[in-house]
Amino acid sequence: MQTPEERIAALCAAAKTRVLVLDGAMGTMIQNLKLDEAAFRGDRFKDWDWDLQGDNDLLNVTQPAAIRKIHDAYLEAGADILKTNTFNGTAIAQADYGMQAAVGDINRMGAELARAAADAASTPDRPRFVAGAIGPTNRTASISPDVNDPGFRNVSFDELVVAYREQATALLEGGADIFLVETVFDTLNAKAAIFALMALAEETGRTVPIMISGTITDLSGRTLSGQTPEAFWHSIMHARPFSVGFNCALGAAQLRPHVAAIARVADVRVSAHPNAGLPNDLGGYDETPDETAAHLAEWTDSGLVNIVGGCCGTTPDHIRAIAQAVKGKRPRTPPGLPRRLRLSGLEPFVAVA
Amino acid sequence: MSNQPRFINVGERTNVTGSARFRKLIMAGDYDAALAVALEQVQNGAQVLDVNMDEGLLESEAAMKTFLNLIAAEPDIAAVPIMIDSSKWSIIETGLKCVQGKSIVNSISMKEGEAAFLQQARLCRRYGAAVVVMAFDEDGQADTVERKLEICRRAYRLLTETVGMPPEDIIFDPNIFAIATGIPEHDGYGVAFIEATRQIKQEMPDVHVSGGVSNVSFSFRGNEIVRRAMHSVFLFHAIQAGMDMGIVNAGQLDVYDDIDPELRERVEDVVLNRRADGTERLLEIAERYRGEKGRAAAKEDLTWRERPVEQRLEHALVRGITTFVEADTEEARAKSVRPLDVIEGPLMAGMNVVGDLFGAGKMFLPQVVKSARVMKQAVAYLTPYIEAEKQAGDQSNAGVIVMATVKGDVHDIGKNIVGVVLQCNNYKVIDLGVMVPTEKILETAKREQADIIGLSGLITPSLDEMVNVASEMRRQKFALPLLIGGATTSKAHTALRIEPAYDQGVVHVLDASRAVGVCSALLSDGGRGAEFRQTIASEYADIRTARAGGRKVARVPIEVARANSRAVDWTAYTPKRPTFLGPRTVDDITLADLVDRIDWTPFFRTWELHGTYPRILEDAKVGEAARSLFTDAKALLQRMVDEAWLTPRGVAGFWPAGRVGDDIALYTDDDRETVLTHIRCLRQQVPKREGQPNDCLADFVAAADSGIPDYVGAFAVTSGAETDAIARRFEEANDDYNAILTKALADRLAEAFAERLHERVRTTHWGYAPDEALPNEDLIRERFQGIRPAPGYPACPDHSEKTGLFRLLEAEARTGMALTESFAMTPGASVSGWYFAHPEARFFGVSRVERDQAADYAARKGVDLETVERWLSPVLGYDPSAPDQQAA
Repeated sequence: MQTPEERIAALCAAAKTRVLVLDGAMGTMIQNLKLDEAAFRGDRFKDWDWDLQGDNDLLNVTQPAAIRKIHDAYLEAGADILKTNTFNGTAIAQADYGMQAAVGDINRMGAELARAAADAASTPDRPRFVAGAIGPTNRTASISPDVNDPGFRNVSFDELVVAYREQATALLEGGADIFLVETVFDTLNAKAAIFALMALAEETGRTVPIMISGTITDLSGRTLSGQTPEAFWHSIMHARPFSVGFNCALGAAQLRPHVAAIARVADVRVSAHPNAGLPNDLGGYDETPDETAAHLAEWTDSGLVNIVGGCCGTTPDHIRAIAQAVKGKRPRTPPGLPRRLRLSGLEPFVAVA
Repeated sequence: MSNQPRFINVGERTNVTGSARFRKLIMAGDYDAALAVALEQVQNGAQVLDVNMDEGLLESEAAMKTFLNLIAAEPDIAAVPIMIDSSKWSIIETGLKCVQGKSIVNSISMKEGEAAFLQQARLCRRYGAAVVVMAFDEDGQADTVERKLEICRRAYRLLTETVGMPPEDIIFDPNIFAIATGIPEHDGYGVAFIEATRQIKQEMPDVHVSGGVSNVSFSFRGNEIVRRAMHSVFLFHAIQAGMDMGIVNAGQLDVYDDIDPELRERVEDVVLNRRADGTERLLEIAERYRGEKGRAAAKEDLTWRERPVEQRLEHALVRGITTFVEADTEEARAKSVRPLDVIEGPLMAGMNVVGDLFGAGKMFLPQVVKSARVMKQAVAYLTPYIEAEKQAGDQSNAGVIVMATVKGDVHDIGKNIVGVVLQCNNYKVIDLGVMVPTEKILETAKREQADIIGLSGLITPSLDEMVNVASEMRRQKFALPLLIGGATTSKAHTALRIEPAYDQGVVHVLDASRAVGVCSALLSDGGRGAEFRQTIASEYADIRTARAGGRKVARVPIEVARANSRAVDWTAYTPKRPTFLGPRTVDDITLADLVDRIDWTPFFRTWELHGTYPRILEDAKVGEAARSLFTDAKALLQRMVDEAWLTPRGVAGFWPAGRVGDDIALYTDDDRETVLTHIRCLRQQVPKREGQPNDCLADFVAAADSGIPDYVGAFAVTSGAETDAIARRFEEANDDYNAILTKALADRLAEAFAERLHERVRTTHWGYAPDEALPNEDLIRERFQGIRPAPGYPACPDHSEKTGLFRLLEAEARTGMALTESFAMTPGASVSGWYFAHPEARFFGVSRVERDQAADYAARKGVDLETVERWLSPVLGYDPSAPDQQAA
């Protein structure tokens, strides 16, 4: 058993020598289990007033064995870092199921499940890590949900900070090594998460590495809230993250230019976990493990990435192929950047020295 | 001064304390109009938008939140970073919770002590904002150099050491106070700011220095001329001292050199506190300027304004004057029955005059593009009226033309010029932009019932893409003519390769001035243009026959050519080891460093003005057009430089190298044991006279087995990724002239960057010519040692070699440059190539490549012959579809 500090040191050391592999989709794997309403409720919530089918994060509490199995499958496939099953684990997102009060359990138990799986698969040469997944919530802090009232917001920065703080605290209790602020479609939400994590770090004295992964929502090459990859990086660089990158929304082929764009400007590690291609007519994903792996291998050869994995539609087979494909390849060396005042709106701004 | 700091221009009109108009709008809750003020600021070049809601009668927190939330919904405003400006922390914090970008907080200070300062600074870190720090502490605002420095030093230490703020995120405001107030203690305020700025930048070089410039002239309220002069003079000196950000109304500034010299001297006296009676002497002459609204405009002949509106519109169109276009268009509209009549009447009449003058060679391209700008703005003004009448229908036009730069290519300056010229002649042009796939071109042509399709491309692989489009048009049974244009296209290639793929009319258009003639000929006699098509078809058939018959030009077998390679002298030259190996990012070259390296002659050629710079400016025929274009170009260039529109990026690298046959092996290190990659080179196969070698770039590198340790370099540079966005902004404002100008300048800046870097490589990085000192003239004529050939150009005509070049240089990650599937570089204004240092290294054209070399080259590259034949199609000396006679 290592202390959290030792594990962070091991993580940094591993990241120096090789490309680290994140696991793949959790949602896709859960869907394949075809769990019914009763399974989602389990014993604890059998009399709950709300429908609970679809509250994947709740399965940490009601079906822990099933989630553990998914973690084990990804570890066996070669993942170095597990994402906890807590993508919707904020009180804001859980409000859809009336589950705000269970947020502590969902995250703590989610982290414990991944921790136990990672510890069981770790060897001294090959430690495995747990990233506490912090999703975007289902609300946007800088976009109005009402087209006729562009100044309106249905969530405030302060509400987001409180919700993220609660989630992060429980993830840490459950044994997460890293925070993964992922699928950022509105950078202001991510800034609220960063605000909460920085405050938590100052108050607990524990420095937990933060991975930040944005989402380019369409082929225009911008986030849902309109930022370019460079502007996104400028907005979140104050977190001094362990890594920055992109996931979801696009397949590897469409995501590449955006990952390249951020690799160019970010002086930290770069991560990427694309979907298994673009969704087909039925909302499924068709890209084969070899196809996804070939893309990510080429990105590695081109010096774009340090951490790779999968998002929607990817399976342990994808992760196995990815792990094989990047094995022995050199991770990207982050560029040293000159000191410049870097600002952003939707576009990046760099002061000229 | 090549290291002159770049000034960051903060838009100041969205500030209730600084703008009475904005305050009224906010107080009245008219946020739509307030947003328009913000938009105007951004469009006028504000790089950061200052937002201030400090007004006693206002709920400032709520106003800040509402306004910032509304800005977030306006992409054109939200593009730039926000400066959240308030003297109250609670208002600042409200603002910080609304912006997704990285903002600047303006301001925090130590006026309430260290604890509050640290608390606010820590929060700025957590919110991820840069900060303006006022030189203000518990004892008040600093007014002397010593106090300003003492406070800034203390704040710097606290911020960098205690809070962990990066120094580049700190912006000091060392207080600009009013001078020339009549109170002697105030006389030194200007100097104190300037001197404090100088010392702050010396001691803490990564921080920025800002200030509210208009304070300095406060005592001259009501006298705009003097105030503007004071602002300009103050900024002139403060910027030299290191001030690099400021809340400035650009409209309230004069060009330092343009200020009346007497006024400038007296203003300078007070700003720099040069004499005790400075204030009195300034007051003496200040009265002279009171009441004048602004500096008298240059004496301009405005007598044409007295003519009837139709003539005024014609005059504006011919001269490209946009100043009065809306008023005149409105007047014409008021006189007309229908708004459309204005377009079909005076505007078209004016454009016909432009077209006639252009056709007669009395107007030149840049002028025509300026005329088009007037036309577009007039039409934009009329459009809402036309739509309101719901009678828009289909405006009559001379024909519909779909234009595109083909897939894999990003170059569009020429295409855009052709588009503008066609529009001037009443063609409806649907421009699909760059990198357009075949399907999109053809679908659009069908949907829009196009009369003509026009394709453009600059790099050689685009020629193939054009053949693809042509074949696909035949397959889909199109019947409309296809125009071919762009730098690598030629009548010969069109005749030999494209026309055989499509039989409904293919025409090569040499330049924009021919486009109108070709289109109208093609569409004459009811759209059939039979006679013209027949003429072209038979002309192209002749070219094919001549080429087929004339293929007797002898070429020597590659082995013979190799035996006749250049006997490069390695006894008199010892290769120098570069100062570093591998790639290195070049990020310290700014636009200002490039301006005097621009080779202007190709710039004029872009605009179809032929002649050598600077003589072209005095040319009897095109001199006037060239001078006017040059003035506009210099003005735009100045703005590009001053406001840092483009960020040049580049990378250069060197590798141990040795020639192996016609290839160059590059090694990982000086041991020369591990081969990193090969540069594949092509050799001339034309028969040479006695004593003339068959050249190949590899010959300029010492053979791998010669024992001579030689090196080769590589580079890739771009003048900046921002060009397209800037050009698009101009296009959206109906200003194609500046859009094309921007792109043409970006191209020249990229070339200038390549030149500048090559010089630095020769004198420093590789350092084989450390004492070289040549004037720009000689640099342009390439009177120096060593060459920098670019893949895709005559000495190494294979564009696909850029793939290896980019990988070696890590160009994508280091510079943001990338290659399209056709090996075109993005951004479009980019240059890349190899460095050869040998004194005998020279440019040459490979010219025609025969089948034996192509096959050998394919084997060396590890690709099939067909692929190589496609890459090399413009330089192939044989018809790949014809049987191989030697093999038979």
